[in-house]
Amino acid sequence: FLGAGGGNDIQWCFSQVKGAVDDDVAEADIISTVEFNHSGELLATGDKGGRVVIFQQEQENKTQSHSRGEYNVYSTFQSHEPEFDYLKSLEIEEKINKIRWLPQKNAAQFLLSTNDKTIKLWKISERDKRPEGYNLKEEDGRYRDPTTVTTLRVPVFRPMDLMVEASPRRIFANAHTYHINSISINSDYETYLSADDLRINLWHLEITDRSFNIVDIKPANMEELTEVITAAEFHPNSCSTFVYSSSKGTIRLCDMRASALCDRHSKLFEEPEDPSNRSFFSEIISSISDVKFSHSGRYMMTRDYLSVKIWDLNMENRPVETYQVHEYLRSKLCSLYENDCIFDKFECCWNGSDRQVESLSLCTSDLSNIVMTGSYNNFFRMFDRNTKRDITLEASRENNKPRTVLKPRKVCASGKRKKDEISVDSLDFNKKILHTAWHPKENIIAVATTNNLYIFQDKMN
Amino acid sequence: LLCVSPTVSLTVFQEMEDKVISPEKAEEAKLKARYPHLGQKPGGSDFLRKRLQKGQKYFDSGDYNMAKAKMKNKQLPTAAPDKTEVTGDHIPTPQDLPQRKPSLVASKLAG
Repeated sequence: FLGAGGGNDIQWCFSQVKGAVDDDVAEADIISTVEFNHSGELLATGDKGGRVVIFQQEQENKTQSHSRGEYNVYSTFQSHEPEFDYLKSLEIEEKINKIRWLPQKNAAQFLLSTNDKTIKLWKISERDKRPEGYNLKEEDGRYRDPTTVTTLRVPVFRPMDLMVEASPRRIFANAHTYHINSISINSDYETYLSADDLRINLWHLEITDRSFNIVDIKPANMEELTEVITAAEFHPNSCSTFVYSSSKGTIRLCDMRASALCDRHSKLFEEPEDPSNRSFFSEIISSISDVKFSHSGRYMMTRDYLSVKIWDLNMENRPVETYQVHEYLRSKLCSLYENDCIFDKFECCWNGSDRQVESLSLCTSDLSNIVMTGSYNNFFRMFDRNTKRDITLEASRENNKPRTVLKPRKVCASGKRKKDEISVDSLDFNKKILHTAWHPKENIIAVATTNNLYIFQDKMN
Repeated sequence: LLCVSPTVSLTVFQEMEDKVISPEKAEEAKLKARYPHLGQKPGGSDFLRKRLQKGQKYFDSGDYNMAKAKMKNKQLPTAAPDKTEVTGDHIPTPQDLPQRKPSLVASKLAG
């Protein structure tokens, strides 16, 4: 296991947990997305109730060198409200599907948040001083009677308690007939894409009344519909390249220079399937729930129901690596179909890009060598591409002691269960970890259970 | 002497092999046993179209607003009236207005 020995492996320790303790979870409190900003100083969460909570890392305390700064609430606001689609008589959920941060250009922070239909650009800014000493106004804002003004003074800025304000700067609406699953900011930092089940649109961050459709897979006859778009992402370096994944387990890479409408892919990534192995469940479990480019852009990672696959952009016919997240679920697919868990959309993420790679690395140049993804029973998994070792950890309040290394977990697939192992039938399928995030520079991870946010750090010596 | 037709014995053998080789196929057999009317392809257009139209359908907007009102009555504490409201005298400026009220039902992550 990672952490079971060897100075090069990361030893994860509990750091913090946010959220209510009670078991009765209100639907609004279900966390639906987690994202660090580019510096890692800010950590944003979105929930089913349409709210965004942003945590800020404390400045490192020089005297307390054994731990990194804690994350505390910085700002919280209602990003989206429930709406009603009058034409279809359907509710438009306020659930935040994705948050993506813009790189910081000035004192303020900007993020994009989206629900099923509308994307919003939010500006989060600090105010730590206010003007005082107006001549014509009282301190509470009421205007003074001008005849009572006998002297003049120059208003000055005086310090005040820090106030963090969030304001919506742009609202990108009415461009999606179907449900938005992804947003991705281009490396040009001027444009971004939004993807729904059948279409992908390109926006300019400054322009809200116009959007370009760049992918449209809607068939003329809906009876012929065979697959939907499940995720999309821009290449980290090439501003005309993006990928999108499908419910059939394929990934298409498109180049916007080729044509205005990128319905014809430049590359198609698909693993050949053995037709004799095909079952009723094959297509459902092959549906890709997340796609993430590696930091260099040479590789990309996809998550399907049972595995994580690493693809080399230069090789379309099969992934270069496949990691089994919870293969023991293959013999439970019938029940997982009946309770709908088979449709759960797990995300995946890479380690941060600046960390020193201490172990012998085949992939040093990429610096993307650890993969993290969630599972059931509040378990999450990590795979080290270099050492080929993996570990299963649990996000639970029982492992609450800071600086105590988390104990690896093991699921007993069949046969005799060893002590400390948990059998497949004892797994709690209501405790799912769908969203995880890795700090861009340090070994700090944020793991979301249903309604709690856990922060883990590596053990500092 | 028990004579079994070679094709029958081959099929039986094949089924046994399938069960041993593929847990997925075993699960499929289980599902089909429980739901004999289940269609062949789950990825077919009916399935996908249902997926495209997720979300609760209401009869009309009145129905929707009634449902929302019922939910709201359960949750919210009444907000205290604002004592320092600025109204009436003049056109308010951003500085005049009371600070933006936090969401009435704040996220528990921020608690």
